[in-house]
Amino acid sequence: MNYPLMAIALAATAITPLAAQNARQGNIAIENPWSRQTAPGQGNGAGFMTIVNRGKAADRLLGGTSLAAARVEVHSMTMDGGVMRMRPVTGGLPIPAGGGVALKPGGYHIMLIGLKQPLAPGAQVPVTLRFENAGAIAVRLKVQPIGATGAEASHGRH
Amino acid sequence: MDVIDPPPPAPQPPAPSPLGRLRLALWALVLIAAFGGGALYFASRQKPPGAADAYASAYGGSFAMTNQAGRTVTDKSLHGRPYAIFFGFTRCPDVCPTTLNRMAQLRKKLGADGDKFDIVFVSVDPEHDKREDIGRYVELFGTPIIGLTGTDAQIERIVKAFRIYYAKVPIEGGDYTIDHTASIFLIDREGSFVTTIDHQEGDDVAAEKLKRAITQA
Repeated sequence: MNYPLMAIALAATAITPLAAQNARQGNIAIENPWSRQTAPGQGNGAGFMTIVNRGKAADRLLGGTSLAAARVEVHSMTMDGGVMRMRPVTGGLPIPAGGGVALKPGGYHIMLIGLKQPLAPGAQVPVTLRFENAGAIAVRLKVQPIGATGAEASHGRH
Repeated sequence: MDVIDPPPPAPQPPAPSPLGRLRLALWALVLIAAFGGGALYFASRQKPPGAADAYASAYGGSFAMTNQAGRTVTDKSLHGRPYAIFFGFTRCPDVCPTTLNRMAQLRKKLGADGDKFDIVFVSVDPEHDKREDIGRYVELFGTPIIGLTGTDAQIERIVKAFRIYYAKVPIEGGDYTIDHTASIFLIDREGSFVTTIDHQEGDDVAAEKLKRAITQA
């Protein structure tokens, strides 16, 4: 058995599916878009990703569309004195020039409202994001188990 | 009563030695402590009967809800086992799955002690979350979770008992989201409040608190 080769093969399988998820258009790059498993009847899902702006002008994520959901919105989540509040981001989410914004658990996220079917782990959810300057960018959110806290297969918090 | 303040200096014609001063101060403290303890004792004896719960625990009280299997679950029926209780809704995209998964992970982290407490999820969205919805939702976390729903009046009662803030907030398209308290409340096997776990606390702190809830009473 060739262990080094096997390790390389394993590493490749671990990285490729993620790398394949990234999307780019103009100055905007989307990295590691992912979503969480949902239960039947749950109805709503969330999408997370890192949005990088390599340009010299700021951009805005305005919203999006998806065949998998009735509506796609950009939401913020804040904790205020122990109370969780979620709100649609009005006027678009600014993506600073030469910077980026992480959409992640506990913060900004894409809200998939009115899911047509439950999101199963391993599935890919097609979403077209709409930016003020970069226009439409198609991404696929990779569905992770409900306990996931990041794009990679999670084993929970340690 | 404030036991931290030093007692007023006693008028003593011959200046006492530093050791004597210390002795006096200590005696004063003993007196204050004894008086304070006595006062607390009488206060606890004399509280009105209806106020017993409010004095005994900051959070919790009597409630009756329905679990995912359709059976009634009350504060009394939960007695005998400590539990961690959390309020949310199944369409909550982030903090609810994160918290429930955290509880599932903490249960694993505690090893043998992990089976010594219940995890209870209470939906504050009776309009959407029927008991079947809650059942399918909590099932995803791979560990037994008691999912509770109830009538508006039953939810009002449990929410009041745990002093949960929640508010339905309309969003576009006739839909709504729910702002809600995201703390986890730990209750011991006798039904008394132990402490809360905050979402920002580390897992080691949370595990210690759970252990405390398990061993208490």
